[in-house]
Amino acid sequence: MPNEASPLPGPQSPGTGLHDLRGPHSPRKIPGWAATTALLLPAYAWLTLAVFLPLATMFVFSFLNKTPMGQAPVEFTLRHYRAFIDQGYLVRIAWNTLVMGFWTTLICAVLGFFAALALVRCTAGRQRETLLVLILLPFWTNGLVRVFSWTMVLRENGFLDSLWHLVGDGSISFLYSRPAIVLGLVHGYLPYMILTCYIALITIDDAVIEAAQSLGARWGTVLTRILIPLAAPGLISGAVLTFVPVIGSFMEPRILGGKVGMTLGTVIEDQFTQAFNWPLGASLSFTLLAVVLAIFATFSGVLKRGAAA
Amino acid sequence: MTRISRRDTMRVLAAAMAAGAAGAAGLPARAAGGKITVLNWQGYGTDEAWSLEAFATATGIEVVHDYFSSEAETLTKLRTNPGAYDVVLLNSARVSTAAMEGLIVPADLATIPNAANISADLLTNPNFAIDGKGFAVPWVWGMTSIAVREGVAKPASYKDLAAPAYAGRFAMNDDAMIAVALGALTTGQDLNDPADMEAVKEALKALKPNIKLLWSSEDQWNKSFAAGEFDVSMFWSGGSVRSRRNAGLPVDFVVPAEGAVVWVDGLAVAAGAPNPEGAAAFINWMIDPKFYVEWATKVGAPASANAQALAALPADDLSAQVHKPDYMVSKNVMSAMPDERREAFNAAWEEVKAFYAE
Repeated sequence: MPNEASPLPGPQSPGTGLHDLRGPHSPRKIPGWAATTALLLPAYAWLTLAVFLPLATMFVFSFLNKTPMGQAPVEFTLRHYRAFIDQGYLVRIAWNTLVMGFWTTLICAVLGFFAALALVRCTAGRQRETLLVLILLPFWTNGLVRVFSWTMVLRENGFLDSLWHLVGDGSISFLYSRPAIVLGLVHGYLPYMILTCYIALITIDDAVIEAAQSLGARWGTVLTRILIPLAAPGLISGAVLTFVPVIGSFMEPRILGGKVGMTLGTVIEDQFTQAFNWPLGASLSFTLLAVVLAIFATFSGVLKRGAAA
Repeated sequence: MTRISRRDTMRVLAAAMAAGAAGAAGLPARAAGGKITVLNWQGYGTDEAWSLEAFATATGIEVVHDYFSSEAETLTKLRTNPGAYDVVLLNSARVSTAAMEGLIVPADLATIPNAANISADLLTNPNFAIDGKGFAVPWVWGMTSIAVREGVAKPASYKDLAAPAYAGRFAMNDDAMIAVALGALTTGQDLNDPADMEAVKEALKALKPNIKLLWSSEDQWNKSFAAGEFDVSMFWSGGSVRSRRNAGLPVDFVVPAEGAVVWVDGLAVAAGAPNPEGAAAFINWMIDPKFYVEWATKVGAPASANAQALAALPADDLSAQVHKPDYMVSKNVMSAMPDERREAFNAAWEEVKAFYAE
């Protein structure tokens, strides 16, 4: 909708294809399908090699009774997929993980949306570029460095406590708690949300907002009736980009969570790094994938409407 | 044992890589005549240049090294290059696997006179001896037990760790083997095969009000201890020596009444070794007090399995103060275990951690 007035070329007519790009004087024509294949093949071959093959291997692993290594024979079993029944505590961990993902995504969405809104509506040119770079800065630092710097801030007698001691007594340190994990995760994933919201918001035509205001809409009405619906695709893709990695995260919970830092991510990591039980780790990963897909399927109506908006 | 779990991380990767590389990479130099090939971690005692020079002068034997980067790789290298190695380093938990597969041969203690100073209890430990035949010669050892901040009351028993005095001041090692071992020792069970896993879990769950954090690396431990986040912790004996010596942290290592969790690395003669006499001479050299004292004071080393070597350390040596020979209790040595039990240990620890997280 915002692009309706822009002078972009319309969709190409069905007769034109990649082969036309070579210009009118070309002696031979390569069939369209060949050019398409040639262009897509490297990317898909790479994806097959780098993503699907390892994933398929892991999927096979998840049905084995032990990590296939050494001379010992392996057998097929479904028992790892029963883990949530056999080990009931995993259900509570899964719930805690989903709650953690929910809060992280929600806080990211609120902070990210308004930050993007401020960038789009109140800045321009150089200033905007600088601010965008500042938002991207966390991306350029190593995740471990980010998390460990939070431990220095949040721990007892850390930076936060030092500041607090200027005005009050006691300690407001909250390292090794769930809020600390969410804080670390929000810090890590906020840039995704800001960027997706920014891209959605920047395409909204000023004229739409001016029209609303000239008809007497207050700021709240403009926000809820125009900005949020129009930026929904950005909010939704930002939420997906945040929620999915967050519920699989293990570094932030482990370092910032102390004894409460147990999530499905850390359980899966333990299976690979400590327990040497790759099949269980793989089956838990695929169960998590199924849960994520189920969540998205449940909200697919909302997602589609959002994407179409 | 703590080092084992670090090594385990890379087991499959290393195995896969080693299997792939075995065909392509050049095989290590074949030991023959006055030459032996040693398979070990890099920088782990056997490859000290000053020692090898002295060994060559004394015996005329030249020592060549090949290294592995994970314990699984050790076995893979032995399997794929029979006859290439003379001496191989094996952790207590791996000796039985290597012996069963015929990768190593029993050590002839008559040719290793220094072995007489290794406790008989350890030499005949099922980890090293199978059917009465000693396969690997115990070389160095270390412990996992309690590290306490100076000035804080020292626990006399693992049961004391659950005392209200340590509320929120205890740090646990995030390692299933160590956790189950702690629970087993607390409840008076075999740490390698506790009969009553429920009791183990209950003992660990009782620690909940005291647990401040679960640590997983020595660096993390040092940072948190330095920041005063906890006073008492399950920790590595070697780690506590390094924390005190290198970082000046006020930490004491305590072994309570039930004893520490012990790991031992042994040296074995590979099956089909080209130079078995040279291998025996080298193993004898490695457990000699003269070599050990120089290694421990010059470079820094775990505790020697040779009681005389340990006693020969200077009295003010931190490592000697921590690693008392009495703590080397054979029944507390971490052993090889079947996959099912390993899985059960891990499941128990995950369940306890989930209880902590509630």
